[in-house]
Amino acid sequence: MSDAVQLPSTILRIPRLGSARSLMNALIGIAALLGVWWFGGFIVENDPDLYAFADFAPAPTLERLWEMIVSGEVLTMSGPSLERVGLGLLFAAAFGVPVGILIGRAPRIHEVTNVPFQFLRMISPLSWMPIAVMAFDTWDGAIVFLIAMAAVWPILFSTAAGVRRIDPAWLKVARNLGARPLHLLGTVILPAIAVDVMQGIRLALGVAWVVLVPAEYLGVTSGLGFAINDARDTLDYSRLAATVVVIGVIGFALDAAIGQLVKKFNWVRATAH
Amino acid sequence: MAMTLTLSDSAAQGTQDAPRRRPAPVGAHVAIKGLSHAYRRHDGKVLDGIDFEIKAGEVVALLGRSGCGKSTLLHMLSGLTHPSEGEVVINGNTIREPSPKWVMMFQAPSLFPWMTVAQNAALGLKFTRRNDQIAKRIPEILDLVDLGAFADRNAQELSGGQQQRVALARSLAPKPEMLLLDEPFSALDAFTRRNLQRDVRQIARDLGLTLVLVTHDVGEAVRMADRVIVLKANPGRVFEDTVITLSEEERSGGSDEFQAEHSRLMNIYSQAADAPGEATETTNDFTQI
Repeated sequence: MSDAVQLPSTILRIPRLGSARSLMNALIGIAALLGVWWFGGFIVENDPDLYAFADFAPAPTLERLWEMIVSGEVLTMSGPSLERVGLGLLFAAAFGVPVGILIGRAPRIHEVTNVPFQFLRMISPLSWMPIAVMAFDTWDGAIVFLIAMAAVWPILFSTAAGVRRIDPAWLKVARNLGARPLHLLGTVILPAIAVDVMQGIRLALGVAWVVLVPAEYLGVTSGLGFAINDARDTLDYSRLAATVVVIGVIGFALDAAIGQLVKKFNWVRATAH
Repeated sequence: MAMTLTLSDSAAQGTQDAPRRRPAPVGAHVAIKGLSHAYRRHDGKVLDGIDFEIKAGEVVALLGRSGCGKSTLLHMLSGLTHPSEGEVVINGNTIREPSPKWVMMFQAPSLFPWMTVAQNAALGLKFTRRNDQIAKRIPEILDLVDLGAFADRNAQELSGGQQQRVALARSLAPKPEMLLLDEPFSALDAFTRRNLQRDVRQIARDLGLTLVLVTHDVGEAVRMADRVIVLKANPGRVFEDTVITLSEEERSGGSDEFQAEHSRLMNIYSQAADAPGEATETTNDFTQI
């Protein structure tokens, strides 16, 4: 404790130091991942039994990735995937947010729906695949359905939890000032839960992005999942590995973007009191 | 409405006794008729046979110890809670629902933390479809509560006393006829509390509002009220209805007159608190919305 008192200038600098340090730590992590990847490639390359897979190594992969970016192939393959994930999330939110609000507001509805929803939530979204294929005319429809089935639960439960945390005094004050039910929804409930909804969407995106690739193994002839499957079938391993990198990078970027939205909607300020 | 008063400390300490031009009371007239209440049918009554009137523009304190039903009574004046028996009649109409004409202030300011001070203050006008008045009225009302410079600050950045002033501005913006205060200063430090007690009384008088406050603080009742209704508990009944005859200057405390009124009221309060109860303790819960 006494040391800390003697070093005020160091303490003041910690925030700046901290951000530089965390950036450096992130770079170390990335370098470590590349190192493991490179080492795996090195072993494969020097093993006569595995030599066919040498294109998985970083050098051929990144070279191929660059070609794919320049040729626009990366955009062509990720466009349809982003559209499917976006639509799936949209349907999931269109169902999950209103139902989540109802569940959060009405304990009775919560009690009635809790067991069925928890039951459905635990079913792997991919197990709906045969049903989805039968129920939808198009492969795209089936894929969007699978993504929505995966994405709806985090959004719904996060919304409901947010509504339950709303301070009852806010509603009392609003009613006293003449708020009608739509005012309560628009001025109190939705702004209060915006951050919970965004956090739900962030979780949902994580699940949806994972479900996307196997879902795109279905009949479609576009998208990242199809590209993976296609590269495997044509033994084009550098393309396969490059696609994996693309999937990871896009997923990371989307998550970071929604993370920023979560921050934006978070109304809790650090106060001095 | 011309609002020329200032609330800075210097102005408030000076000349309260100088004749103020008081507007004709716009305040609500309240009649409480045969009001009784039990939260559940077989529980004891929280309130029993309450009958009194409040004149337009009067400042009335409901004083009593915890559990005497004073807060329940205040909720009924606001229309947020309905009595089991009897009625509350305001300006000739029985109260059936909350209205921005009689606004309640609570112990917690309960500001909306995602809004600025000005947005919080404008809520009542927004809810009652008077958006066109916001631009003129809100700066005016924030000046009135000494927060003109804070309009664009986030509500969370303010101190407890400032937040309660925002809540006051929020309550005053829709031009209510009556303010209902449910121990709104009890969480504040003594200095801030005194200032707010003085300012709220002045604002209510200058605007001609009816003001009803609930308190268990005898000093607060003496400082703020024209009239104090002392309640006793189990069941909640009017124990004594007494007038505070102090000038504005004497209300700031310290004078012999203030001490005399304080002692007199403390005596009544103690008698009410010691009065034998008849029913069992009931819980105060207002969690229903």
